Amino acid sequence: MSVKVSMKVNGKPASAEVEARTLLVTFIRENLRLTGTHVGCDTAQCGACTVLMNGRAIKSCSIVAMQAEGADIMTIEGVAKPDGTLHPMQQAFKENHGLQCGFCTPGMVMNALDFAKSHPNPTEKEVRESLEGNLCRCTGYHNIVKSIMAGAREMASKATAGGKI
Amino acid sequence: MHAFEYHRPSNTKDALALGAQKSEGRYLAGGQSLVQAMKLRLSSPSDLIDLAAISDLKALSGDAGSVTIGAMVRHADVAASPAVQKAIPALAQLAGIIGDRQVRHMGTIGGSLANSDPAADYPAAVLGLGATITTNKRKIEADKFFKGLYETALEPGELVTQVAFPAPKRAAYMKFKNPASRFALVGVFVADFGGNVRVGVTGAGPCAFRQAEMEKALSQKFAPESVAGIKVKADGLNNDLHASPEYRAHLITVMAKRAVEAALK
Amino acid sequence: MNAPLIGARIQRKEDYRFLTGAGQYTDDVALQRQSHAAFLRSPHAHARIKGIKTDKAGSSPGVLAVYTGADLAAAKVGGLPCGWLITDVNGQPMKEPPYPALAQGKVRHVGERVAVVIAETAAQARDAAELVEVDYEVLPAVTDASKAKGAAALHDIAPDNSCYVWALGDKAAVDAAFSKAAHVTKLEFVNNRLVPNAIEPRSANASYSRAEDGYTLYVASQNPHVERLLMTAFVLGLPENKVRVVAPDVGGGFGSKIYLYPEDVVVTWASKQLNRPVKWTSDRSEAFVSDAHGRDHVTVAELALDKNGKFLAMRVKTTANLGAYLSTFASCIPTILYATLLAGQYTTPLIYCEVNAVFTNTTPVDAYRGAGRPEATYVVERLVETAARELKLDPVEIRRRNFIKTFPYQTPVALCYDTGNYEATLSAALDMADVSGFEKRKQESLKKNKLRGIGYACYIEACGIAPSNVAGSLGARAGLFEAGEIRVHPTGTVTVFTGSHSHGQGHETTFAQVVADRLGLPVEAVEVVHGDTSKILFGMGTYGSRSLAVGGTAIVKALDKIVAKGKKIAAHLMEAAEADIEYDRGLFKVAGTDKQKAFGEVAFAAYVPHNYPLDKLEPGLNENAFYDPTNFTFPAGTYVCEVEVDRDTGATEIASFTAVDDFGKVINPMIVEGQVHGGLAQGIGQALTEGCRYDDSGQLVTGSLADYCIPRAGDVPNFKIDTRETPCTHNPLGVKGCGEAGAIGAPAAVMNAITDALGVKDLAMPATAQTVWRTLQKKAA
Repeated sequence: MSVKVSMKVNGKPASAEVEARTLLVTFIRENLRLTGTHVGCDTAQCGACTVLMNGRAIKSCSIVAMQAEGADIMTIEGVAKPDGTLHPMQQAFKENHGLQCGFCTPGMVMNALDFAKSHPNPTEKEVRESLEGNLCRCTGYHNIVKSIMAGAREMASKATAGGKI
Repeated sequence: MHAFEYHRPSNTKDALALGAQKSEGRYLAGGQSLVQAMKLRLSSPSDLIDLAAISDLKALSGDAGSVTIGAMVRHADVAASPAVQKAIPALAQLAGIIGDRQVRHMGTIGGSLANSDPAADYPAAVLGLGATITTNKRKIEADKFFKGLYETALEPGELVTQVAFPAPKRAAYMKFKNPASRFALVGVFVADFGGNVRVGVTGAGPCAFRQAEMEKALSQKFAPESVAGIKVKADGLNNDLHASPEYRAHLITVMAKRAVEAALK
Repeated sequence: MNAPLIGARIQRKEDYRFLTGAGQYTDDVALQRQSHAAFLRSPHAHARIKGIKTDKAGSSPGVLAVYTGADLAAAKVGGLPCGWLITDVNGQPMKEPPYPALAQGKVRHVGERVAVVIAETAAQARDAAELVEVDYEVLPAVTDASKAKGAAALHDIAPDNSCYVWALGDKAAVDAAFSKAAHVTKLEFVNNRLVPNAIEPRSANASYSRAEDGYTLYVASQNPHVERLLMTAFVLGLPENKVRVVAPDVGGGFGSKIYLYPEDVVVTWASKQLNRPVKWTSDRSEAFVSDAHGRDHVTVAELALDKNGKFLAMRVKTTANLGAYLSTFASCIPTILYATLLAGQYTTPLIYCEVNAVFTNTTPVDAYRGAGRPEATYVVERLVETAARELKLDPVEIRRRNFIKTFPYQTPVALCYDTGNYEATLSAALDMADVSGFEKRKQESLKKNKLRGIGYACYIEACGIAPSNVAGSLGARAGLFEAGEIRVHPTGTVTVFTGSHSHGQGHETTFAQVVADRLGLPVEAVEVVHGDTSKILFGMGTYGSRSLAVGGTAIVKALDKIVAKGKKIAAHLMEAAEADIEYDRGLFKVAGTDKQKAFGEVAFAAYVPHNYPLDKLEPGLNENAFYDPTNFTFPAGTYVCEVEVDRDTGATEIASFTAVDDFGKVINPMIVEGQVHGGLAQGIGQALTEGCRYDDSGQLVTGSLADYCIPRAGDVPNFKIDTRETPCTHNPLGVKGCGEAGAIGAPAAVMNAITDALGVKDLAMPATAQTVWRTLQKKAA
């Protein structure tokens, strides 16, 4: 059965006729060709598919696209500024070597963006707990944790300074 | 995932009508268990009836004596709810450690209870607090709700609409996680209603259950030492590669003791 | 003048694309008229195929074709080759059973490919695969290596399921030393089977062009040239020049993407049959049963000591599980890369190791991060720590008494260590770990009802297998050199082409640093290209921590040729003798004068050769080099682990982990630290959380990430790490390699700490909470 699904992705309307069984991540990758959102497992452990739905981190492999009908979705492609300048969280990952192969990275960044909103100055323990739904096999997490702590602080200080991030 | 038909009713009445009509259909709440099972082709419903557009199911209210949570309230919203934090902080804490952040943003209490995964967290609280589950047809007491492995008192087409939890004097939930899945290998919810103590256990058996011996001992004296010496029988407990029945039995005692300690803090 | 770039913490050039979702992994490649493949896999560990019916699947919506083993056989598609021939103790070649891409008559492990369905969409292919009907006659299965002998034979040519029995060392001399020893320490253990689990699942997308009569294969591979060589020469019988293999961004490998896999062969072959691009991307469940696994040794290990704790001899007997088929490099892992490392950092004069490699009804086993060396380190370091405890010696002191102190050092197990300073890494680690404060911390833990333990591991590894002729004499069927090319553009910027492949290691940055530093250019002026057989002259790829030591050296050799030619050009331009030209960080200078030409000016002259010695010199500035190392490199280090065990639940927490490594010269410390962190996490995973479990029927019980636990952020600590340098003596960069160290040293350090905490001799990996709890119960009883 085919259905029409419509949502906003990275600020722009996106819609398509898809099979009802199309996962949100499949819609994003195959229909919209936004391939920065990745699939690393089939049991909802790895979090490589994490996107923001209405501002909250969710696993786009764990819902069908129709569950996002009418929602506001942000993927990794929508994070940097339109001129290409990295978001402070992306910049923090770069500066702290918070990525190696890059495959889990979009999911890490998306989850961190959401987490940082409620944790402007997180502890190491809070950050490690926040990563329960994201797996990385390259970094041993050490530098991811460092990146998120730095990124969250930077986001908070930019927000305090009245800047838009 | 096998093909299915998708429906998105905007009210409970339409959802129930679809539920009655599509005998091989399933209600879709947050989808954090159901969509996973469908992806692995372990579940192949003919229809999915998505409840996300039904605003009636999303209400959350509470006072000093109880909280009532709509079936479609997400785990993260229960965890962050001031009403829940005030009336039953242990329930907010439990909701805040279900799965992971992303799962908590989608998963719902109604979906969790209807699925009755043997290792889900909410069932421990439902039993531990003696909650009442309201469906479109009736009210079901916690003690009569969980029937077995992925089996509940719900009849075909019956829909959980809300869950009411009475507020205890003090309570706590302790969970020993399955290292891989992060579900509860053993989770124990202890609630003291002032001389009347309930202990709900999840993860250990085919479905959540109460631990009578501990309840008796804690009702007499609400202290860690009341449960520390209780040797839980391993018979009938789950056996998998992460934990034998004996280990689970042992963990029930340890988690119960720690839950009492936490409740007293 | 630019600051030196060697040793600088340069941020990675590749990060921007990964952080913005612009990486291009194989599954991201979508071709015109793309079709999709799904593999039907065996649900049985061992079964005869009595019949396959494909008609229902073939008429399912969207299906383009269904192929079985019979179709491949009819098309004369060969089996997958093994890249290393081991000769057994009797001088006979190992048993090499056929490894068909799709099962022929029999299936030998759960997950083996039985048929492939190709359809318009991935979902349609999968729907149709469920409609393929296979009639199986189920046979008895064996999964445990120690029970392989006497179990139902997997292959006709190996009736006892033995691939080979191989040995290294002088058995008689070792036995004699044991009979005279004052003390013998003996351990029996299993080195647990692991699943690599790179977060990017394998993927392959092949297309065929009738116009060019050529193929292009995008594949998640660590070594595209090797993949092409094996596939064209040994399996499909295609000319190499008609096959392009591209390994674009690859999301982690850890060994699992070295090999030629059946899926790669099938999609490549099918792309011509259908004249359509065919893509297959593994899901995680498939990865668990079809990616090569690692480790899986059953070992009896003994160490003979004199009364002062001096090591006299070591005797090791290992049964290695190879799985159902010989994966590409399976045979050399438990032999050449294992037994040769058993000297560790010590002067043990006599070592004998016997390896019985067997076939079982399990997924093939091959190199996984460390590959043989973690198993060897586990043997040595568990033995050493246990011996110290038995002799009531300080585990640090017993190591010091036996350290190799002079180099080069010829071990009794073939390797010759060129350099090292084991005391330097040990003493630095002891300081960083605050070992002297351990007793106090232990008492504090006890107050919390927790048992604290400390454990050490002084590991050695051998990286960059070499030289090719020696490897060849030991059975290697491939060369072990690396190739590189430096292309200087007319304006003086540089593109580097390397046969190494980066799938997280950051070569685009590190290699650029090396080149920019040598040429005195900014790092932005250097681009590194890898992973495409149509661009790179040749390559042996990335594994065994070889990229910088071997691939980097090939680049340096090409750079030397660039500079040499540049000097000739500069001499002409400045009318000086070539012998008087010096190259100094971006400038060609005439010695003793102030005459100089910038690198860019010389490059320009090479491409606009108006004032140029055309009679003596070709225009252009482009050089390549192949480098075949003269020896392995030998990174080494000391790891100190402290654990805290919850007495009630058995849960173990890594309280602290200190690693001091000697990788020789470090090019980019930031990247090296990242490699160590990642290796440590995988090593801790092996010790605490990871391990394959098969049931009696041969089903993989740990078949998903919901059951097989790879470490999460909360399972590992912040690591305390540092390095000490003894530069490698036989490559110009002085580098040794750092990719695998963490995974090699960590398991022994962690298990030494846990056994110390519990006060027991041994404990099986992974030391899960349940395993630890049971051990405590047994001890109390």
